[in-house]
This record gives sequence, C-alpha cells and structure tokens, in this order.
Amino acid sequence: METAGQIRDRLLARFPGATISLLTNPGPAAEHSLLVDAAHGRAIALFLRDDPALQLDYCSNATGVDSPEKEIVETKKVSTPDPAGGPAKITEEKTTRTEPGYIEAVYHLYSMALRHGPVVIRMRTANRSDQVTLPSLTPVWRSCDFQEREIFDLYGIVFAGHPDLRRILMWDEFKDHPMRKDYVEPDDYEWEPTPHNEVLDRAKTHFAAPAASAPANAPAAPSTPAAP
Amino acid sequence: MSETPSSPSPLPGAFSRDASRATDPGLAAASNRVPAHVPFPAAGNISDAEREDLRRHGILLTSMEELYNWGRSNSIWPLQFGLACCAIEMIAAATARFDIARFGAEIFRPSPRQADLMIVSGTVTKKMAPQVVRLWNQMPEPKYCIAMGACAISGGPFKQGYNVLKGIDRFIPVDIYIPGCPPRPEALLNGLIELQKKIQAEKMSGPDAARHFRADAPSEHPIPDFGEHDLDPPHNPAVWQAPAITRPGKV
Ligand code: SF4
Repeated sequence: METAGQIRDRLLARFPGATISLLTNPGPAAEHSLLVDAAHGRAIALFLRDDPALQLDYCSNATGVDSPEKEIVETKKVSTPDPAGGPAKITEEKTTRTEPGYIEAVYHLYSMALRHGPVVIRMRTANRSDQVTLPSLTPVWRSCDFQEREIFDLYGIVFAGHPDLRRILMWDEFKDHPMRKDYVEPDDYEWEPTPHNEVLDRAKTHFAAPAASAPANAPAAPSTPAAP
Repeated sequence: MSETPSSPSPLPGAFSRDASRATDPGLAAASNRVPAHVPFPAAGNISDAEREDLRRHGILLTSMEELYNWGRSNSIWPLQFGLACCAIEMIAAATARFDIARFGAEIFRPSPRQADLMIVSGTVTKKMAPQVVRLWNQMPEPKYCIAMGACAISGGPFKQGYNVLKGIDRFIPVDIYIPGCPPRPEALLNGLIELQKKIQAEKMSGPDAARHFRADAPSEHPIPDFGEHDLDPPHNPAVWQAPAITRPGKV
C-alpha cells in the first residue's frame, strides 16, 4: 500500500483546492494520519473508497478527540547591544498566545478487497463552541452511523448529512458532552466509605456539616475550612 | 412461645395465681378478660418443643401468619430481567448446577405484574434507572428487592462514572444486599435464603406489620425525570439519604 505521504500527494493532485496535511506519529507503529479540511472531506472519502489502488471499503473505527484551548508561552532571547561597547545584554521576552481549541473526528479505514490498511484520516472543527459541524461520512461508509452518533453525543460534533443524528448513549434531554475535557460531572457520589485522592477532595465538600456536630471528646481536629 | 408468669392468662375463667392481683378485685377482673392482641391459644400457648412433639404424632399446629409466610417465602417469583454482567451469574443460579428451583424461586416472570422479587443484577445506568423504578412500581405488593453486586449497591467499579446510578437504593427500598463483582450464584442463593428468613419473620398486624399491611407505607415511588445534567431528582430523599460523614480527628 502507498504510504500516507504518497496518498496525500495523490489527493492534492486530484483536489487542488484542498488542504491536506500529514500528521506524523512518532510511535514505533508510525501510523501517520492525514488531516483533511472539512469542505473536501466527503469528496476525499469517496475518492479513498473508490480509487482502484486503495479501495478503502471499510471504516473500522470513528472516534473523537477534544483539544481545548491551549495557552502557549514562548520565550525568546533578545540581545540588546550595549551603547557603551560592553557585552550585549540578553533579556528574555515571553509571549503568550492562545491556540484555539478544536474537536477532531478520526476515521480508520481498511480495504477488505485488497487487504490493507489502516489509512487514518482526520477532520477538525473550527472551534469548540459554535462551529462544530463536519461532513458526515456515513453516506460513504455505513459503519460510521452509530460511531458518528456517539461522537455527536459525547463530543458534540454535528455531522451534516448524517441520516439519523441523535444521541445514542445519553438521553435526549441531556445537554452536556461528557467526553469533552471541560465537562463537569454531577457531584453524586457524596458518600464514600474510604475516600482518597480526588474522591477525598470531592467528599470534603460534603464533610462540613457533620464536622460541626463532631463529639466534644474527639481529639481536637485542625479547623476544617468551609467547603468551597 | 411459652407464657411468662406475669402475663395475663388468655384463657377465660382462669385466674392469676399472683397473690397481690387476686386480692385486688379490679385487677382480678381485668385479668379475666382476653386482651385483643393475644394470639389464638393454639399457636400462642404451646412451646416449640411441645409443637415438635405433636408434629411427630402427625398433628400440625400453626398460625395463619406462619402458614402465610411459609407459603410466600417458598414461592418467590423473581422478575426476569438483567442489567449487566451480574445477570449472567443470576442466570447461572437458575441452571441445574445451582438450581434456584430448590428454593421455589425458579419461575422468572416476564411481567412485573406477576413478580414478587426484583433482583437488580447489574449496573444501573442513569438512562435505565427510571425504567427500573417504573418496573418496581408496577409490581404488586408484597414485593421485595435484592441489590445484587457492587454496581447495584453503590455503582461499583463505575462509581465515578457520570452515567451510572450510585446504587439502586437511591430510588427504591432494598431488602437484601449481595456484595461481590459479580457475586457467585451461591451468594445469590444465600441472599435468597436471607430474604426467606426475613419474609418468615414478617408480621400480619400490629405496628411492625409488613409493608403491604400498612396503609402508610408507600408501595410506589416517584420516577425520576431525565434532567439536563443528571437525573431529576438525583435520588429520592424519602428512600435514601447520604450517611453523615464523621471522621473525628480527620479532615
Ligand atoms: S458488580 Fe461487577 S459483575 Fe456485577 S454488574 Fe457490576 S461490574 Fe458487572
């Protein structure tokens, strides 16, 4: 099978307007992937499926990846020459920029006919709030149906052209997307016999009331800060 | 159930041998009346040893309550439903090897209307919880609930999951908890035997009568709604409240 790079070159020759970048995977499997722009996603998927050399007729897995906004701090060394002729003064300048967040849909494609694969393609949403629409690949690979519904349910990507886009695991009235990294789950394990680590931190918010009524003969506990 | 010396004799005409009472005409008169709460003499005034003796001679003495509970406890029909891996062990308990039929509980009913026992065998997801409560409400009294496995008791290995109910006892009253992940079929049978003991000890009247004899005890519980972030309400305060956490000397 062609490498991901070769497929990318062929795709670029076929779709001159498309933006396709190769994302390398440094792991030993070296499973590189192609980041495809959403506008050409459907056409590229059809090409990959129908191209005689690839015949990627089977999508084994579709999943989502959430990348929240990132603050990137860059440190630059600036040397200012000393007007008196001494050694140049070196100062560090820090610049902060925010990388916008996005959600990705990842598809793993195989060919049953030619017995090769996987080819990994990804599509990114523009942001994580209002522009979360990607083209659905269910019309290309039927196996994407439930998996795209799951991505819609848990990550909140809206797949345009999906035949039946409903939540699949959570109930319809549910508003959140639990697999997003900023999801706050309901605090409903208030009681835990032996809490520790994060569970202890969460359980502490429920300690406050009984701590006040602790028996008077108990050893003096360090004053408990009120629950946040 | 032997009579204690100071208790009034239930037999009309008998008089107390207690000297102080016999000399007091009012008390003597009172002791001659049969109080309403004393059970029928045949069941109440005979010791277990005497009853065993009679039984050996082919005479069975019993009370209505005992007969009623004996019948009920040996024909507990469970509701046929399973929620997760624990259900596999419940199915195994019904096979020839473990044979729940030995305890009269092999008739798994596909309809809640015909079931006496709800075995909550497995993880109750929040999406499933309203349906489980609805099934419970559809079961007629007398009915019992066994929480089988860590998941049904507390959420188990999925306790920290956003989508798992942290124990079915947050919405319906549970009679028997069977720990384990999953509990072996023997453990389920043991839970069933414990439930039989519980049923055999139930009263038909009085303040500690079984739930289905009391008008004030609810047999149905509100079904939670699907909320925007969680079940609404997340638990039924009438059934379950978080135990108070006291950790003296610790934060
Ligand atoms: S307690 Fe264990 S075996 Fe039972 S349903 Fe939960 S995970 Fe499965």
